Amino acid sequence: MSATAIPATQHHGEKKTYLTADHTIKSWLLTTDHKRIAVLYLISISIFFFAGSLAAGLIRYELTSPRGHLLSSEAYNKTFSAHGIIMIFFFLIPSIPATLGNFLIPLMIGARDLAFPRLNLLSWYLYSIAGVIALLAMAMGGVDAGWTFYTPLSSLYSNTQITLTLLAAFIAGFSSITTGVNFIATIHKMRAPGMTWFKLPLFVWAHYATSIIIILGTPVVAITLVLVIFERAFQIGIFSPELGGDPVLFQHLFWFYSHPAVYIMVLPGMGVISELISCFSRRPVFGYQFVAYSSMAIALLGFFVWGHHMFLSSQSTLLGVVFSFLSFVLAIPSAVKIFNWATTMYKGSIHFRTPMIYALAFMGLFVIGGLTGLYLAAIGTDVHLTGTYFIVAHFHYVMVGGAVTAFLGGVHFWWPKMFGRMYNEFLGKMSAIIIFVGFNLTFFPQFILGYLGMPRRYHLYYFAPEWQIYHVLSTAGSTVLGVGFLLPAFYLTYSLFKGPKAPKNPWGAKGLEWEETDPVPITENFDHKIVVTKPAYDYDAEEDSKLYEPEHKEEPALTGGKH
Amino acid sequence: MAHAPAHVDPNADPVYFQYEDIDQQQETYIVGMWAFLVTEVMFFGALFLTYALYRWKYQGDFYHFHEQLSWKLGGINTTILLLSSLTAALAVHFAQKKKTKWQVGMLVLTILCAFGFLGVKTVEYGAKFEHHLFPNKSFVYGEAAHEAFEKEFGSHKPGTFTQIVEKLDGPEKHQEGNPARARLFFSMYFAMTGLHGVHVVVGIILFTALIYLIVRKAPTITDYIPTEMVCLYWHFVDLVWIFLYPLYYLIPK
Amino acid sequence: MFQFPVMPPQASEWAFHYDLLFWGTSALAVFFTLVVGILVTVLAIKYRAGSKADRRNPIDHSNLLEMSWSLPPLVLAIGMFFWSATDFIQYRKMPEKASEIFVIGKQWMWHLQHMNGIRENNELHCVVGQPVKMTMISQDVIHAMYLPDFRAQFHVVPGRYTELTFTPTMTGKFRMLCAMHCGTQHSEMVGQVIVMSPKDYADWLAKDGNRFTPTALSMADAGKRLFTEKGCGNCHGGVDTERAPTLVGLFGKQRDFDNGEKVVADNEYVRESIVNPWRLINKGYTNTMPAYKGQITEEQVLDLMAYIKSISGSAANAPAEAAGRKPEGSIPGFAGPQNSTDAANRVESAGAAQFKQSENRP
Repeated sequence: MSATAIPATQHHGEKKTYLTADHTIKSWLLTTDHKRIAVLYLISISIFFFAGSLAAGLIRYELTSPRGHLLSSEAYNKTFSAHGIIMIFFFLIPSIPATLGNFLIPLMIGARDLAFPRLNLLSWYLYSIAGVIALLAMAMGGVDAGWTFYTPLSSLYSNTQITLTLLAAFIAGFSSITTGVNFIATIHKMRAPGMTWFKLPLFVWAHYATSIIIILGTPVVAITLVLVIFERAFQIGIFSPELGGDPVLFQHLFWFYSHPAVYIMVLPGMGVISELISCFSRRPVFGYQFVAYSSMAIALLGFFVWGHHMFLSSQSTLLGVVFSFLSFVLAIPSAVKIFNWATTMYKGSIHFRTPMIYALAFMGLFVIGGLTGLYLAAIGTDVHLTGTYFIVAHFHYVMVGGAVTAFLGGVHFWWPKMFGRMYNEFLGKMSAIIIFVGFNLTFFPQFILGYLGMPRRYHLYYFAPEWQIYHVLSTAGSTVLGVGFLLPAFYLTYSLFKGPKAPKNPWGAKGLEWEETDPVPITENFDHKIVVTKPAYDYDAEEDSKLYEPEHKEEPALTGGKH
Repeated sequence: MAHAPAHVDPNADPVYFQYEDIDQQQETYIVGMWAFLVTEVMFFGALFLTYALYRWKYQGDFYHFHEQLSWKLGGINTTILLLSSLTAALAVHFAQKKKTKWQVGMLVLTILCAFGFLGVKTVEYGAKFEHHLFPNKSFVYGEAAHEAFEKEFGSHKPGTFTQIVEKLDGPEKHQEGNPARARLFFSMYFAMTGLHGVHVVVGIILFTALIYLIVRKAPTITDYIPTEMVCLYWHFVDLVWIFLYPLYYLIPK
Repeated sequence: MFQFPVMPPQASEWAFHYDLLFWGTSALAVFFTLVVGILVTVLAIKYRAGSKADRRNPIDHSNLLEMSWSLPPLVLAIGMFFWSATDFIQYRKMPEKASEIFVIGKQWMWHLQHMNGIRENNELHCVVGQPVKMTMISQDVIHAMYLPDFRAQFHVVPGRYTELTFTPTMTGKFRMLCAMHCGTQHSEMVGQVIVMSPKDYADWLAKDGNRFTPTALSMADAGKRLFTEKGCGNCHGGVDTERAPTLVGLFGKQRDFDNGEKVVADNEYVRESIVNPWRLINKGYTNTMPAYKGQITEEQVLDLMAYIKSISGSAANAPAEAAGRKPEGSIPGFAGPQNSTDAANRVESAGAAQFKQSENRP
């Protein structure tokens, strides 16, 4: 057995944490400790995030001129495909579940580890293998079919590295499935005595809903991608019209997964936001049960709206109208969440720390992302906007404004718990604000571009020079956004080595992971038996507990808590 | 199932450190197994959906194509798999009764059945390859197929696998139906039965690992739960075939 | 130097309805954004830590509140749904009388055919106020015909026909784009719709309306020529024979097949019966017709279809613009429809190259 079997012992008077239990590289690469695997994931997804961002920067630079600067159309297509594939399959889908979820679910429910620790490690290895294959495919020439791989372009007409990339996505899918199975078994059976379903933090509820989507949806897209691989290898004809196949069938199977996959990306983010708003408002989440149920409603309804990606794909008008209706209904659970979060702040005692700034940014951006979704759910407005920059702007508002903002907020919130160090609060707030501003500047102009009729995935637009101003604005914004993303990478890394030691509970937060563990958890998570008696979010705004304050005088004290 | 230990120490604690007691461990295994089976259902589900779409679209053609499959061989395989499900269920029964020898015996029988299934499948696939019915570059169907076959084997000397099939099913059948769609049908056939075959192979590996652990008296194997889980998986594999058999071998006119 | 356009030209009847819906949705979106924005801002300021706000008797949940913020949005959402769905159904309703245009999408150009035989690449000339109906098919990957100034878009799929209609309301040049990623030169698969007054259109027809066409054949006549050339008439005569059914009066007629299926003959059925005749065998006939898959181009299929339509009686077919151009018989030295198609196709991305900045941009 590996490091997990070694009990935490008193050593030189200091307790061994999961980080210091063993220092060898082997102990990291063969670990079955969910916390260490979370750290491994955090490192890997960060690498992919910056790789994907690099591609995004290249796209934005290229689009400042109607005729491009650097790239050929072929290279441009490969760049945006690489951006999409890396960001979706290798960053967004594993981002929150595999890092924060992996780290926190056992801690939050009072378990010593996930149900299947070795399966968890396998999941990271599958992810890494998939990632290496995807990068290899890109190094060997890349793919130009976009992350959606629509047939017959991907199956018969593109002569780029589609097979390898599909293989990578397939393997990444299995990494996702193993995580999902693990979470479901863990949340069902590993809860500490007294931890009933309705005492679970909403973060756990969100991950439960996410896992259901993963195990129901991912296999479908996995087999579909395999069929496309076969189609390329043998010309088997399942998606080829000349052999009687149906190219639109691919879209049905693809979106059956890939629409719910949007919720795989954003539901965990919603879980994070519930924790953050509650903690920094010193109030329990308003309407806890409604928020929990809305996660489940989103997960289940999410499986019945895939057709709204295909309103114009030659599916029948009636089918389109039905999918449109269901998509409208699906908007409601998300709206419920937003209003519940806002109301959570009512009669609270709100501390504007870095994670809270991210949470507020999330609410603003997610509202815009969600409401612009209405234009696309409405079958009538969709006809002009689908396939344009309006779509691009909409899903970046949900994915970056939603999922990435929540991810960053979550990382800042649990950073002291994960690594036992505090980061620079001033830089934290600054970068949160820079990201918010840069993000809006990048993506809001794209709504207008879409309405003006600029199709997505266009390299050149020399025939419409009046679009250029919005592209220039967008690129300017993306530069700001890039700075906003780079800052945390630097100050968080710096804090790992030079940051002040974090106390056990720097935010005065509630929850097993803060109240029952050491500042940095030991390998077994808890050194005593956990019995849960309190409800979740047992905050009291009137008796506000203290937050951690930086000791260094020279740092500007921009903490909202002190006046 | 996910937790077959890497090495065996008979004195080790059968409960892994993350669980409170053996009951929690077993219940967790069962939940995990069912969650895994759900993903398997969705995995095959996408293929069944695709099949349903094309079967509905090309009913007449599918009838003609299915005549190229031997319902007798398929029937034999169905019987073999049903038998193996019975032996698997008995293995769980004996595991609960702690009759280890019987349990191992039943598991060995199940593995033998699985190999029998794969053997019959090899004959079927082999005949398809000889007839150029595997959907790769050499695929031909219809009149051209007959010529290609004769060119390869001469008019009176079919290949080994075809001989076996013809002994059972009579001489090779005239290939009717739209040749352009034949490729679609055989693509679906190979994709679905192939994926099922992969699951049978995985089953054999799991049963072998299970027997190895039982014989070595591994602590995690002391009760019936691991046997039950592998057998659950096996019943699922069996169930998939119960659907595949009528859908491919027994298409009515 | 820079302009900040916020709206594309509103150049069709549907565009007006569309913009009404669009800005209606926008009003709703802005309203809800403001509600949430103001709510969050006010709460954040009032209840910031250390403020003197009254924090006694907080509430944790309230079913009344939950209902009050889920039901009204639900009602509004359903209202928006009905508005947009009825609009969409209207948008997808094909006009009975329209200029019929046949569109073939290919990597990376649009090929368009008028009923009277005019073929265009990446350009479409049409008359203001007159509805246009496009019947579209792709010969390779999926494309999307996107006319942003008409707020019209639909996918162009290989192996099946799709339709799109619009009625231009102002003259000028409008963009024709491909909105579905279709490979390397996706962003150069652009052309223009040139909407003309009836008089200009007549002039255009008289002068160089046929500049891509070395033939003066209408689609139906080109189809008739092909019909003869391929020897279709040997079996498909004026009446049913034992070898094959007649094609006279085919469109709109119900066909019974030997497998018990029934179909009303339409574009889809006729195309299928040409490229893959095995699939549906008429009752009482055997499968003897050779498949023309790969033997003839999608353009030729469309020509044949137009011919078969033309012998199907007046009900099935009444090309609105046919009056503009009468078939004049063949030109000496004409080598068959195959060449005419090729000549048209040889002008690769003609529209993209010709396309300069449109004059009617704001």
